Amino acid sequence: MRRGRFTGYWLMLPAGLWLALFFVIPFYSLLATSLFDPEGSVLTGYDVDYHFANFVDALQQFWEPLVRSLWYAAVATAICLVLGYVLAYAIALKAGKWRTLLLVLVIAPFFTSFLVRTLSWKLILADDGFVVDTLQFLQLLGDDGRLLATPVAVIAGLVYNFLPFMVLPLYASLEKIDGRLIEAAGDLYASPTRGFLKVTLPLSKPGVVAGTLLTFIPAAGDYINAALLGSPNQRMVGNVIQNLFTSTGDYAAAGALSVILMAIIVAMVMVYIRTAGTEELV
Amino acid sequence: MSLAADGAAHRASDRLQGEGRSLRLTALTKEFATFTAVRSLDLEIPAGTFFALLGPSGCGKTTTLRMVAGLDTPTSGTIHLGADEITYEKPYRRPVNTVFQNYALFPHLDIHENVAFGLRRRKVKDVDKQVQEMLALVELEAQARKKPPQMSGGQQQRVALARALINRPEVLLLDEPLGALDLKLRRGMQIELKRIQTEVGLTFVHVTHDQEEAMTMADTIAVMNSGVIEQMGSPAELYENPRTTFVANFLGQSNLIAGAVSSTDGDVVRVDMHGTQVSILADRAHVRSGDGWVGIRPEKVLVEPLGEPLDAPGNHLTGGVITDVSFVGVSTQYLVMMPWGQELMSFEQNTGRRPVLATGTKVDVSWRPEFAFLLPASQDVNAGVVEES
Amino acid sequence: MNGLQRAGRWIGEHLVLAAGLLVLVYMFVPIAVVMLMSFNDNSESRNVYAFRDFTWSNWANPCKPDGMCEAVVRSIEIGLLATLVATLLGSLAAFALVRHDFIGRSVANTVIFLPMASPEIVMGSSLLALFVAGGFGGQLGFVTIFIAHVMFCLSFVIVTVKARLSGLDQNLEQAAMDLYASEWTTFWRITFPLVFPGVAAAALLSFSLSFDDFIITNLNAGQTVTFPMFVWGVAQRGIPMQVNVVGTVMFLISLFLVVGNMLVTRKRAAV
Repeated sequence: MRRGRFTGYWLMLPAGLWLALFFVIPFYSLLATSLFDPEGSVLTGYDVDYHFANFVDALQQFWEPLVRSLWYAAVATAICLVLGYVLAYAIALKAGKWRTLLLVLVIAPFFTSFLVRTLSWKLILADDGFVVDTLQFLQLLGDDGRLLATPVAVIAGLVYNFLPFMVLPLYASLEKIDGRLIEAAGDLYASPTRGFLKVTLPLSKPGVVAGTLLTFIPAAGDYINAALLGSPNQRMVGNVIQNLFTSTGDYAAAGALSVILMAIIVAMVMVYIRTAGTEELV
Repeated sequence: MSLAADGAAHRASDRLQGEGRSLRLTALTKEFATFTAVRSLDLEIPAGTFFALLGPSGCGKTTTLRMVAGLDTPTSGTIHLGADEITYEKPYRRPVNTVFQNYALFPHLDIHENVAFGLRRRKVKDVDKQVQEMLALVELEAQARKKPPQMSGGQQQRVALARALINRPEVLLLDEPLGALDLKLRRGMQIELKRIQTEVGLTFVHVTHDQEEAMTMADTIAVMNSGVIEQMGSPAELYENPRTTFVANFLGQSNLIAGAVSSTDGDVVRVDMHGTQVSILADRAHVRSGDGWVGIRPEKVLVEPLGEPLDAPGNHLTGGVITDVSFVGVSTQYLVMMPWGQELMSFEQNTGRRPVLATGTKVDVSWRPEFAFLLPASQDVNAGVVEES
Repeated sequence: MNGLQRAGRWIGEHLVLAAGLLVLVYMFVPIAVVMLMSFNDNSESRNVYAFRDFTWSNWANPCKPDGMCEAVVRSIEIGLLATLVATLLGSLAAFALVRHDFIGRSVANTVIFLPMASPEIVMGSSLLALFVAGGFGGQLGFVTIFIAHVMFCLSFVIVTVKARLSGLDQNLEQAAMDLYASEWTTFWRITFPLVFPGVAAAALLSFSLSFDDFIITNLNAGQTVTFPMFVWGVAQRGIPMQVNVVGTVMFLISLFLVVGNMLVTRKRAAV
């Protein structure tokens, strides 16, 4: 069925061209933008004058939201890993015939507007809402304590929004595990806990690696949760880039910040994959 | 069943009149990037025969089959059906159909539509009626509206067979069609396949690695090894008179004992085998001078406790000791250590003539000269030994 | 074994499942709130986002908020168009990647993963940088949104169709050819029906990604307003409850489609 030497090229060409033009080349544009002379504007035009100082300026000015983004994303990813692992494990190994249905339910919220769902968190975590009242009653939160406009709300929103990205790869790798391996571990005198730590967990590592990456990366770049559930004190790097592009019109700084974010993420991912030692990602 | 008798009669007359066309492979070769799967293969399969290509996995039998089906293109050589060359014909333009190893039933079509597929493509009339008849032949008429995944392995196998047979191909190719079935089902299906082949009278080319399956079903077997045919003939011919150590070991089991030809007179070759003279019929001696392997099938080897009379004249060996006894119901299998340090296998029917011999019993060993064969010493004594069973 | 131990054991066996279900419930809480709020009467005050009175009026007059239905229609238009193009191009590419060998195949296999592994804000700003550099900075709108959406949907389509296609037994196509079906007939009778659930899933995913996207869209939209952008806009000044009606409808439709696709796939029981 591999007739025609050039069929492969023809089939690949349209999608390849689209991705090259609108995904690969834009990275060069972004790089160029980051080296713009900051004196220019959309109206007067920009000059690429290899203004590397843009990077230094951006870092000096915005290191705080940048670090905060990575920190929030890391915390959210860790929480997602715990919640997602429990859910994926339950679906893959304990759900029996309900497996497919539960899987559909995991994906279902994903199909409802991201923004609308995030707004409903705003309601749930509202100052006079049920959650805050309960926490105040339990003395976990002071009488004038609140959840909205705190890091807790932003991280909770990130966890909520990116949980499916964690569950699906975890499920995919847990589902592949031969149940007899876990039984064999039990047969060989491993307690359920040891069996899990020595057999199940290592075998699900590809899912853990893929899931953490698929959660961390979009979470680090997200700004919707910070904008809707947080306050200016929880501003993330996404908010800054967005503002620089659309409100301030400072393309050079925005470009530089985007490049910095991408570079940090790429570096972190590479270190992570190197230490986790997995080639297969998804 | 009268259909069977009619079919057989039909088939005999077909062959007399030469209506069917024979399949002929000439110097057929298939090279892949790193190895040669099939090496200049010459083969003629007469119309109406049940032909088996037997060999271990990787011997090139499936590649040969796929070239006949048109699913692989030969590197060189030709394939003829009667006088027509079909070497490069598209698979859908040759009167050849295949029963695939994993059946390859279309999962989205029901059984009826699976079987009807070929007829519909050829715009044949009366498809439904033919399909019903074919499903009756394989005894699946009640399952016509089921989907393949809902059926058992044996049923799927019959659907795959029906789907190919309904097209009345000149040659039906079967690629390990029973490989996925359990042993009991396999034996039943072997008889079934043989019955159907007799009824329809088509040429069946059957690829398998199971020597018992090949012997049960085929009129003619070609034993393949590393891309070439080692030997071809009827099951009895191959079994009784193997020409290579590979055939001797792969088709059943053999004792192969080193020896040297001492003399040849007329129709008997005499071999010195560790000091004992044994005779071998000339037409079973595939070497006439120098060293060779004396071969004897285990069930032809007779053992008797020391001093008791042996049934067979000639080829009498003494000094054996039984080292292992396996009682397997219908027979008892002995291993006998000979003075030269080789263990010989002997299979004895449990006729109850005498009790089973115990390990450590000193025995004499013998066989009738007409059952022995002689193979060239240059061949590997372990070629074709089946490891697992 | 006494009753207490037995109870302990039962809990141990079902604890994971129970915890998993709790996580699932957590995932549905906001959806339930969206559904509830779609019946909320907040005509008294649009600034307090809390449930006051039950009303049907949001469902009866979904288009009451200015510009919302226009935004929904625009999102649907962009979604359908982007889905059509992304599904078509992505499926072709998936065939190329699974069935054909060509120079650069492994590079292509890597590149298609990158859009899924890049932060949206970076992809969006890159694309904006390209449009500005190309002199289209003043013409941002429908077309640029469409281009962006096809771009990020393509990867998801390719990966989904590829998975389906590589699970397809090539023996089936060979069997069809053996049974007198030409290449063309084989494709339409065997390959396409068997790959279709994958293509359908890819299209569904594309549409929802496109309909839902905010970050990339917002950067490349110019003055054009899609539904997520409308929500973003009103989020600052008091949200009309009709937004929740749209959210509920979206959820129900997608649930219906996902379950439908699942049932069809199961019924076909394709191996």
